[in-house]
Amino acid sequence: MGLPIYATTPQRIWYYAFRVICALIFIFLITPILVIMPLSFNAENFFTFTPEMLRLDPDGYSLKHYQDFFTNNEWQRSLKNSLIIAPIATIISVSLGTLAAVGLSQSHVPFKGTIMAILISPMIVPLIISATGMFFFYSALGNWLEATLGLDKDFVGYVKVILAHAVLGIPFVIITVTATLVGFDNSLTRAAANMGADPITTFFRVQMPLILPGVISGGLFAFITSFDEVVVVLFVGSAGQKTLPWQMFTGLREQISPTILAVATLLVGVSILLLTVVELLRRRSERLRGIVES
Amino acid sequence: MSNAKDDDAVAGPVPVAPVDAGPVLAADGTPLKRSLSRALRRQKGRALLLIAPLLIFVLVTFIIPIGSMLFRSVENDIVANTLPYTVQELASWDAETGEIPSEDVFKAMYDDLFLSAEAKRHTRLGSRLNYEQTGMSSLFRQSGRGIDDLAGDAEDALEDAVPAFGDGETWYALMNAGAGEGNTSLLSNVRGRIGRLNDGLASADMDFVPSAEIAAVLPRTARTYTEWAVYTVTEDERVPADNDPWELVSLALVEELKTADLSGLSGDQAALLRQAQAVEFDIPPYSETFAEIDDEWVTIIPWETIQTHSSKYTAGYFLNAIDAQKTPDGYEWQPEEKQILLTLFGRTLFMSLMITGSCILLGYPVAWLLANLPASKANLLMILVLLPFWTSLLVRTSAWKVMLQSQGVINDVLVWIGLVDDANRFVMINNQFGTIVAMTHILLPFMILPMYSVMQTVPPTYLRAAKSLGATNWTAFWRVYFPQSVPGIGAGSILVFILSIGYYITPEIVGGTTGVFISNRIAYHISSSLNWGLAAALGSILLVVVLVLYWCYDRIVGIDNVKLG
Repeated sequence: MGLPIYATTPQRIWYYAFRVICALIFIFLITPILVIMPLSFNAENFFTFTPEMLRLDPDGYSLKHYQDFFTNNEWQRSLKNSLIIAPIATIISVSLGTLAAVGLSQSHVPFKGTIMAILISPMIVPLIISATGMFFFYSALGNWLEATLGLDKDFVGYVKVILAHAVLGIPFVIITVTATLVGFDNSLTRAAANMGADPITTFFRVQMPLILPGVISGGLFAFITSFDEVVVVLFVGSAGQKTLPWQMFTGLREQISPTILAVATLLVGVSILLLTVVELLRRRSERLRGIVES
Repeated sequence: MSNAKDDDAVAGPVPVAPVDAGPVLAADGTPLKRSLSRALRRQKGRALLLIAPLLIFVLVTFIIPIGSMLFRSVENDIVANTLPYTVQELASWDAETGEIPSEDVFKAMYDDLFLSAEAKRHTRLGSRLNYEQTGMSSLFRQSGRGIDDLAGDAEDALEDAVPAFGDGETWYALMNAGAGEGNTSLLSNVRGRIGRLNDGLASADMDFVPSAEIAAVLPRTARTYTEWAVYTVTEDERVPADNDPWELVSLALVEELKTADLSGLSGDQAALLRQAQAVEFDIPPYSETFAEIDDEWVTIIPWETIQTHSSKYTAGYFLNAIDAQKTPDGYEWQPEEKQILLTLFGRTLFMSLMITGSCILLGYPVAWLLANLPASKANLLMILVLLPFWTSLLVRTSAWKVMLQSQGVINDVLVWIGLVDDANRFVMINNQFGTIVAMTHILLPFMILPMYSVMQTVPPTYLRAAKSLGATNWTAFWRVYFPQSVPGIGAGSILVFILSIGYYITPEIVGGTTGVFISNRIAYHISSSLNWGLAAALGSILLVVVLVLYWCYDRIVGIDNVKLG
């Protein structure tokens, strides 16, 4: 919507003013994320720009916060915990979620509304409430597991956090996969069955490749939910399960070191990567569906 | 996701058979109707089978925990579990009379308190009652320490007179049924009681059943000994026969022997008991013992508090959550200085509205721009919206901490251009302003995305048509475009409002004391004050608010229209 040549002066002013306003809002959206990147190379232990940095003096910059992140035991352990918890939770929510989404997309599902509401509920209920409920229930569950089955305390801690994160990721898987299944042509599965494929073969050879983009983007959402989650892990986990966001949270509250900014910068890199993957998947899915529908 | 093509195959209109032609048959000879309904049933079953694992998983790992929170907000069995006999005795006491309870109540309290002090549960009860009546916590802590003096004296007197009672073996031989008749109902009662006290099952195997004979003659001694035996086996995992029981058992025995009729007993045990009957030990009234520990006990306040809060379920936490409390005289507001939660609810509401409002203001122009630019440019700008959306919440929160601090980026820039004096830097963090700014940034994508998807569907020709009919720019926008974009605003607003009302992390870091939400209070009660009942009640109230809002969202937008990315 370019500006027509007959536009009057006030129209021109408004046109440019509006662009400026929008630009300011975009700046508001993106600046905080951009600001932390240079700050993470700060040579001092400050959360702010030093005069050396502003002069672009190389002495003002250093990689020491990154070095700290990669050598400090606390940070490394929390990274390791995050990398243990998030993938396992994702696998649980993706496998159960995809299966259920396939079930939900059948044409005759009794109590569909209720089931859907229950499955989506972990996304609706505010995290603090989920965390409160889980705190009560999971501590009892943990005690039971330790006392009755004699499991290791640390192991039980991981189980609790993984279960809690898996259930938080499920709504995302359900939503993305059912959305992909809307465009799925069921005559394909019938054709496969007609040619002698059993339901499992049909699922893995016919249905799965077509809904894969939805499954993967649902999985990414579930992964990022777990990877980025603090409240539930704070309430359910113990110190042994300290994850990366938890470590950042304590760091921010006590304001210990700009290592947080180095971690944040790395995480922004991760989110750019994720954004790209999701976007590519979305395009692929649209392309595939275009082929299916034509 | 019903699919029309699929429907036809199984559930299409059943061909209506002519009345006289008999039922239409399927290929295998069964009536078509039955065959179809069987196929339908099988399909339903298969669908449910696919959903079942996840449904069970969500029910167990999520719905039950939420349910347990709701239950905990009304659950109040701690008083009845810790002081069962006292509660029983207190039932007939009427605080209205202004008199302290009878000696029986004090005696029951002595036994209950002794046991809970041994199990170290009396402090927990004290803190529970302290939520309702200040001073109860220290009263219970102190009483737990002082309570065994009297019983200790009794034990000394008993063992001085009959040294055999210093030996666990003697007690065991006396109390255990052995070959005689055992009182199993007493044993199971005590097991239940110890289990409730310790939040666990007290069902460990043990080589002890209280003798029915002794239990009939010396009921309190038998009961206290059994309590000790069960406790020793389940908690300390020791054998009763090898250990000396609590002093309380000696006290009970000495007291009961003063009046007991031992004529029915015979053998060694009777001889032993007769010997013990001769013990010279005066037991002062229990009320005096309690008065010695703390004068508070001979006022009606603690008893009134225990009686008021002894029911198994309570609305007390909910009352506390709205700054009220249950007192012996009914419901009333908390004292002025304790009234913070209603203010906090109000503030949560106010800040959520502010955040929603600023998201609308900032989101609308951006969504409009995105919806009206050519797709290639819009996609590029969309990245600027999606990148914050995908970025870790902690990253964005730490970014705002960096930006807003008094030595932070914004203040530095303002000082550098000379707008602000170095000494008078703005205070932008640890207050409401900080929370609102940071949360607006964090939730803005949730506003822009639904607005954008609605605005995309508004044809640009409408605006041009309005203008060509003579509307000014403003009229065209306000009367034609805006009403069509309202669903987007509605959807985005409810979403942002729901999300912001339950936020915890960001307010905790940038909110200081004035910029925190009700959720921070919940977290405080969970992890610091340990008033879990109140935390559960606050959570339940918040949950109801969110569910109502969500119901509205479903009405306006529909669950299925939730889109991601």
